Amino acid sequence: MPTAEFSSQTSFQTHRQTLAARLQLILPAHCLLVDDEDLRPYECDGLTAYRELPLAVCLPENEGQVIDVLRTCHQLGVPVVARGAGTGLSGGAMPHAQGVVLSLARFNRILQVDREARLAVVQPGVRNLAVSEAAAPFGLYYAPDPSSQIACTLGGNVAENSGGVHCLKYGLTVHNVLRVRVVSIEGEIFEIGSAAPDAPGYDLLALLIGSEGMLGVVTEVTVKLVPKPELAQVVMASFDDVGKAGDAVAAIVAAGIIPAGLEMMDKPATAAVEPYVKAGYDLDAAAILLCESDGTPEEVAEEIFRMTEVLTAAGASNIRVSQSEAERLRFWAGRKAAFPAIGRITPDYYCMDGTIPRKRLAEMLAAIGDMEKKYRLRCANVFHAGDGNLHPLIMYDTAKPGEWARAEAFGAEILELSVALGGSITGEHGVGIEKINQMCVQYKTPELAAFRRIKAAFDENGLLNPGKAVPSLHRCAEYGRMHVHHGETKFPELERF
Amino acid sequence: MTLDDLVSALATAFENHTPLRIRGAGSKDFYGGMLAGEVLDVAGYRGIVAYEPTELYVTAKCGTPLAEIEAVLAEKGQMLAFEPPHFSGASVGSAGASVGSAGASVVFAGATVGGCVAAGLAGPRRQQAGSVRDFVLGIKLVDGTGQVLDFGGQVMKNVAGYDVSRLLAGSLGTLGVLAEVTLKVLPKPMAERTLVFEMTEVEAIAQLNRWGGQPLPISASFWHDGQLWLRLSGARAAVEAASRKLGGNAAVNPEKHWISVREQTHPAFAGQTLWRLALPSNAPPPGLDGLRAIEWGGGQRWYAGESGEIREAVRGAAARAGGHAVLYRAPESLRCLEGAFAPLSPALLALHRRIKKSFDPKGILNPGRLYAEF
Repeated sequence: MPTAEFSSQTSFQTHRQTLAARLQLILPAHCLLVDDEDLRPYECDGLTAYRELPLAVCLPENEGQVIDVLRTCHQLGVPVVARGAGTGLSGGAMPHAQGVVLSLARFNRILQVDREARLAVVQPGVRNLAVSEAAAPFGLYYAPDPSSQIACTLGGNVAENSGGVHCLKYGLTVHNVLRVRVVSIEGEIFEIGSAAPDAPGYDLLALLIGSEGMLGVVTEVTVKLVPKPELAQVVMASFDDVGKAGDAVAAIVAAGIIPAGLEMMDKPATAAVEPYVKAGYDLDAAAILLCESDGTPEEVAEEIFRMTEVLTAAGASNIRVSQSEAERLRFWAGRKAAFPAIGRITPDYYCMDGTIPRKRLAEMLAAIGDMEKKYRLRCANVFHAGDGNLHPLIMYDTAKPGEWARAEAFGAEILELSVALGGSITGEHGVGIEKINQMCVQYKTPELAAFRRIKAAFDENGLLNPGKAVPSLHRCAEYGRMHVHHGETKFPELERF
Repeated sequence: MTLDDLVSALATAFENHTPLRIRGAGSKDFYGGMLAGEVLDVAGYRGIVAYEPTELYVTAKCGTPLAEIEAVLAEKGQMLAFEPPHFSGASVGSAGASVGSAGASVVFAGATVGGCVAAGLAGPRRQQAGSVRDFVLGIKLVDGTGQVLDFGGQVMKNVAGYDVSRLLAGSLGTLGVLAEVTLKVLPKPMAERTLVFEMTEVEAIAQLNRWGGQPLPISASFWHDGQLWLRLSGARAAVEAASRKLGGNAAVNPEKHWISVREQTHPAFAGQTLWRLALPSNAPPPGLDGLRAIEWGGGQRWYAGESGEIREAVRGAAARAGGHAVLYRAPESLRCLEGAFAPLSPALLALHRRIKKSFDPKGILNPGRLYAEF
């Protein structure tokens, strides 16, 4: 969607000078950016195809300043987009042209690591990996490990309900966060969740996690720490057919094994990665699986044996088990470097994030193959196979006229097929601005209306991250009109504008 | 019973402003605030809709008994990992004690999956596997206007839209009828072993937290009257190695023991009034009399509350320890006086009301079951 269209659909009347003057009253000079050249670094997040300059960037240093900024914006009716490291891939932190970016970058302190209770209290600007590093001396770590973990922040992880390569066994952000402290758009503080197993009332923690900065601004996060497994080993299995690899994934689960990680890469992905990382991947294979076991040495030995048996029975053409920690990390390094590796062989790439039932994998990959021909663009596939989360990487070149539009249409078709196959348009990257149209495909009008009512319960005037994550019914009507399938519109019940 | 029946029941109630009391098996009638409203019996909306062992999910209509679901999962070596109580025995609280408003003589039909998710009560394995909401993947809801809403789905990862299906876990039917639920399932552990240790309350809390920080396959813990029961679950070799490391005595009849803990037929849960304290696992004893049991590695503690002193002190003590107290089971005379759940701050209460209103604008669904205010 063009950015201009986005802005026109979520229009606010903001008086730039008044806003700047009011913010100057509550923030010291070094915490406020208003000049275009200073605002430029904030114009997009990891989804660089969408850009917008905000009117101001606030960099508060304490919770009092966060409250003041939110109150001020609430009084003036100014949109607020919260931002962590800006590594998000769905444009969730893309600024609003009439609004303020609220950067939590200076909330970068780990407040407490409690060894005995196995939890850490951190500020939202703390990097994901920094939590595990701080817990490491106690033999503990924070389980969710998105690929961007060296840079992405806990606040952003909470906003997106981030996953990673180990979430089949260890869960998503929602399974590993115990408590958040949140400031509402009106400047009110809410403590949600606790260090106890649960909290009274509705499970607002589940609602806030993954809400893409639309319900409140997080100023503190308590996360669960888990004991670091004594040992981890990974099996790398080659398959001469992607369908066989998909069936092998189902066979592992059917055998009663929940691997610590279960990843798939297709041939274009391994071909891009291998020269870059030298992970030792089998370049003849149509697909490889990485299947990890962790736990006590006895447990790992038993599980690796069973995994190897199942993968062999499923038709693996070659199997290698990591023989050292260095080799294990090398196997993973290739997977974790997949995005930058693709970035080396194409000027631009567009990463998708659909989830599908595992058994539909071969079908999906065949369909993507057809789409490559249809859109005349190449696509490499990496896949959190264990939990059905696909990351097709569509390669294109912005400099070539029409390629971005084709890439976008290619991506939209993958997402819509994900829904048709019984899955979701996003497994871990969030809807943001990127998949706002596909929300109209995944959800019907009543659910979208319910989401909007929930939004209003937290933020009546719709000032927090407007236009993201939940489309307006108007927008869906427009999108439905553009996409007529089998002669029927998607939203026959809606009035057409 | 069909979905249309549910829809028309709710639409009619909405039309007529009729307060409804949603009921599956009624196994948890004792739980939460006072029961009010016309009974909407949803037990007849039952049956497993889909079960895909290799996709790790089961979808069932709300009236499906947990026992039925678990039997089907067991055929494929799988389970509901949060180990929910069924409360199907006549002897809840055991020892023939009369329990809450239900009374020991009533034989319950056994919890349904809808009630299980609505109440959000997990059993012993919660310590290792997670809570009910951690396993909720999707819910088909009929809201307070009779509208059908589908949230979440059947895949493990889905961050499109707000995570309403998890919000609904533990909402006690105040936001709608959970007509169909999709739950993540897991393989049963290859091996289990239960060890028993003699230790005091203070020692047990300290020990459980020490073990919790180590990579041990502990799936359940239960301390009562000087004895700590510890269940190990996982790969055969891991369970053997851990039990060698931990020592203790092998338990006699462990399966029966853990069922009695899950079902609260163990004598520890006997008595008219039972408080549940959810605390940080390492919280020191909160200075209350009447401790009956410790579970979940120290995170869940049970107190008998016959004496008036405990009633006065318990909420404050739980809050000071960083947790909260639930009046879990009590005679009607006490339930009228004391809400089941810890009071919310005014700001949080206002937020709850707005959320409630967004699903149930006329406030007809299970009024007062969660909080007297809505």
